[in-house]
Amino acid sequence: MESVGMDWAAIRTVVWTLIKILALVVPLMLGVAYLTYAERKIIGWMQVRIGPNRVGFQGLLQPIADAVKLLMKEIIIPSGASRGLFILGPILAIAPALAAWAVIPFTDSLVLANINAGLLYVMAITSMGVYGVIIAGWASNSKYAFLGAMRSAAQIVSYEIAMGFALVGVLMAAQSLNLSDIVHGQSGGLHHWYIWPLFPLFVVYLISGVAETNRAPFDVAEGESEIVAGFHVEYSGMAFAVFFLAEYANMILIAALTTLMFLGGWLSPVTFLPDGIVWWLLKTGFVLFLFLWFRATFPRYRYDQIMRLGWKVFIPITLVWIIVVGGMMQTPYGYLFH
Amino acid sequence: MRHALMQFAPAFPEIFVLIMISLILVVDAAVDDGKRFLAYFLSLVTLAGASFLTLRDFSTLPVLTLGGLFIDDPLSDVLKLFLYLSVAIVLVYSRDYLRQRGLYKGEFFVLALFALLGMMVMVSASHFLTLYLGLELLSLSLYAMVALQRDSSVATEAAMKYFVLGALASGMLLYGMSMVYGVTGSLGLGDIAIALQDGTDLRIPLVFGIVFIVAGLAFKLGAVPFHMWIPDVYHGAPTAMTLFIGSAPKIAAFAFVIRILGQGLESQVSDWRGMLVILAVLSMALGNIAAIAQSNLKRMLAYSAISHMGFMLLGILAGSQNGYGSAMFYVLVYALMSLGGFGMILLLSRAGFEADRLEDFKGLNRRSPWLAFMMLLLMFSMAGVPPTVGFYAKLSVLQAVVEIGYVWLAVAAVLFSLIGAFYYLRIVKLMYFDAPHDAAPIKASPDARVVMSVNGLAILALGIMPQPLMAVCIHAIRASF
Amino acid sequence: MTYTTAIFYFFASILVFAGLRVITARNPVHAALYLVLAFFTAAGLWMLLEAEFLAITLVLVYVGAVMVLFLFVVMMLDINLEKLREGFWDYLPLAGFVAVLLVIEMALILGSRHFGLEVMGAPAPHAADYSNTKELGRVLYTEYVYAFELAAVILLVAIVAAIALTLRRRKDSKYIDPAEQVKVKRNDRLRIVKMQATQKPGAGEDGA
Repeated sequence: MESVGMDWAAIRTVVWTLIKILALVVPLMLGVAYLTYAERKIIGWMQVRIGPNRVGFQGLLQPIADAVKLLMKEIIIPSGASRGLFILGPILAIAPALAAWAVIPFTDSLVLANINAGLLYVMAITSMGVYGVIIAGWASNSKYAFLGAMRSAAQIVSYEIAMGFALVGVLMAAQSLNLSDIVHGQSGGLHHWYIWPLFPLFVVYLISGVAETNRAPFDVAEGESEIVAGFHVEYSGMAFAVFFLAEYANMILIAALTTLMFLGGWLSPVTFLPDGIVWWLLKTGFVLFLFLWFRATFPRYRYDQIMRLGWKVFIPITLVWIIVVGGMMQTPYGYLFH
Repeated sequence: MRHALMQFAPAFPEIFVLIMISLILVVDAAVDDGKRFLAYFLSLVTLAGASFLTLRDFSTLPVLTLGGLFIDDPLSDVLKLFLYLSVAIVLVYSRDYLRQRGLYKGEFFVLALFALLGMMVMVSASHFLTLYLGLELLSLSLYAMVALQRDSSVATEAAMKYFVLGALASGMLLYGMSMVYGVTGSLGLGDIAIALQDGTDLRIPLVFGIVFIVAGLAFKLGAVPFHMWIPDVYHGAPTAMTLFIGSAPKIAAFAFVIRILGQGLESQVSDWRGMLVILAVLSMALGNIAAIAQSNLKRMLAYSAISHMGFMLLGILAGSQNGYGSAMFYVLVYALMSLGGFGMILLLSRAGFEADRLEDFKGLNRRSPWLAFMMLLLMFSMAGVPPTVGFYAKLSVLQAVVEIGYVWLAVAAVLFSLIGAFYYLRIVKLMYFDAPHDAAPIKASPDARVVMSVNGLAILALGIMPQPLMAVCIHAIRASF
Repeated sequence: MTYTTAIFYFFASILVFAGLRVITARNPVHAALYLVLAFFTAAGLWMLLEAEFLAITLVLVYVGAVMVLFLFVVMMLDINLEKLREGFWDYLPLAGFVAVLLVIEMALILGSRHFGLEVMGAPAPHAADYSNTKELGRVLYTEYVYAFELAAVILLVAIVAAIALTLRRRKDSKYIDPAEQVKVKRNDRLRIVKMQATQKPGAGEDGA
């Protein structure tokens, strides 16, 4: 057995990593806060309203006010609820939403953990987000919450398959599971981005991403008009806020992944401009704008139609396109695909 | 032995069967209920095509290919041919039965062919991985086939028992395999045999591994004390499925045992022989005695299957090429007899009536002398009465046991088969000396009658001339070991 | 104790605890959740063995998909624990005996005497650029392609069996087919009828 003193290096690594995690999470949380603000403003404009404009200049302090309000509210645990799991629910919802950020690169050098199997890691971690929803719904001991949980579980599992297949197309094109390598595979300007050869997969991925985050028009897990607020109907105060944070953090994550895998990440669209994090932010912001736009435009899908779209439309499309990509890579035109 | 990493030709029969299964799946989904005949016809075509491919590339030397997972030797080719034959016979016998019970669906044929594929994989496996995957392919298809009659609670219960105990057996088998892997560091049967040739330091884990493997094998074979599922599954499953379970899988199970014990763990024969002796004696004792008390023919044949498996184990435990050859002969003959026995129940049953009780056979002679004669031959053969082939099969197995000096075992086996003769002959008595219980005419289709006649007469013919089949078995074993 | 060993014991103890709770938890949902925990920690252990692909796949497949569906079913079941526990004490002596026997046997076999580091030796660690994913992919599609295809066939059987056993079209079912609904065009539902104006000549345009 070695002495404890030997592990100072390890401890230093751990502390240093913790600091880096903090440096990642704080801006992320700010991003989440202002995403809610952007959502309300943008949807407001789309619906010819003004949106929040009371707290601070143009309502800019509104998210802060919301957060303070939620923090001060009481967390009510229903008497019939399964206590431990009721509290575990929101934690399980937010943990994967944050953990996945560990491997997301912002630029060549700005990444917390540049691991080989980054894409796989992201898929694995995001696939666990569903537990928060299911556990919350079940532990609440309420029929609306339970219905929401069941819907959400079935929906997320269904769309995860299509999403996974879409990613298979990307990793075939990039021939790597490392997210930085995937971005490098798209260097050389706008026309080298994977969105072009993998366009069907891009569409499937984006829509599945909306479904995966339970956003409108796939928000049947909440479905205000049918099951009140779905899985989080019994949550209040900070516990509710955590679900809220998780949903928006997941949205940003999906947007970031779409950017990295199909839109060239931090690469500039034209070769005469330098690459940089600015491009990353712009592209991610654009995808997030799409999320909001969808919400403002589409009515909610009916549940069986969601299932049909996932299983009978998306999965076949992705399967066919994977075969097309695989086949094309064997032809002289293979360079078009990677 | 020739080695080749990627040589697909030896696996053509398997590939062909898989392609045909996919074809049948698609075709059957596209046609409406009136054209289910298509699936039946295509299944028979599949069997014929596979037979052709196997015969065309009949191997004289073992060929190891597909990364050492697949072996093509005379043993596997002979067994595969018998597998095709017995599946074909099953399909012919059970067609009317299935149609009358609303089971005449593409799924039955597809699952039967999947099971066949699983058996083919088992038969030509040379690696623990393929052995296990083939076994699972077979078992999964069988579970589903038993449960196919969804409205029958007995069938569902049988499927449930079969599934749970089968899963347990698979677990044991895997556990044993993993121990052997731990000891030898390899999963290929040939490598294991080489690694164990000069003994090993890890004797205790090896013996424990063998214990688990033998227990798992005994489960799958249905040898006492791992036989509990056999009577319930045979009884509860629709007779067509019982016919299937009771015939071809026994041949595959023989191959499974011979591959693991005879080829992989050959050098450990002293370890597993004792275990097989216990299994064999218990199976023969319990099978033959419990069968006497049964009033249901399917159940009786289930116990008879247990005792026959015990007898077959005698040949394997001899551990010699003669022993393996005679066990192979025994299992092929048993498959033929089992096909006839359950097939007879199918031939006599009609819509809304299962001819599976002993009294349903009363006075069969007056209703159909020819079928009664066939049944007489089958029962004589199962009991081991000369001149039917059952006698010769038992005799050759006993010879192998005597050769290794286990005379007491041979004597015990003879005693138990004498006890067993009682219940087989009771059926003969019922058919020939009792008044018919029900007078409805027998509506078996002509093709099923013809096949049944061939089946019955084959038992007589093989009994009179056993040498060709015996020679094939001995040759297959000699050339493959 | 090194850093890795500490992590190993951390994961291992959680794994054993979770495994025990799977079989002792009274509530089936709790049991299923402990199973999730067990899978997750097992994945951590695999990670220590440099099998990152397997570890992540374990999480992705078992935690992310299989257990979700499992929970989905378990949550909807009305499991009567009293009935399940019936006869527990009657079978305990025999079952306990078998269990103790098994544990002793396994302790005899799996102890360090046979499979310890002195006997087997630890495999050499791989270089930093070693990719478990690539290696697995390579053997899976070359040496083990036959077994791989067989596994696929087994899954196909499972699909066929599941559909054969559960698909039942009831005649009185009010099932609606979303595919049919989505395919509907405007002309299938809406008929625009041109009608002659029925107003009397001379009446005003805005008269109603």
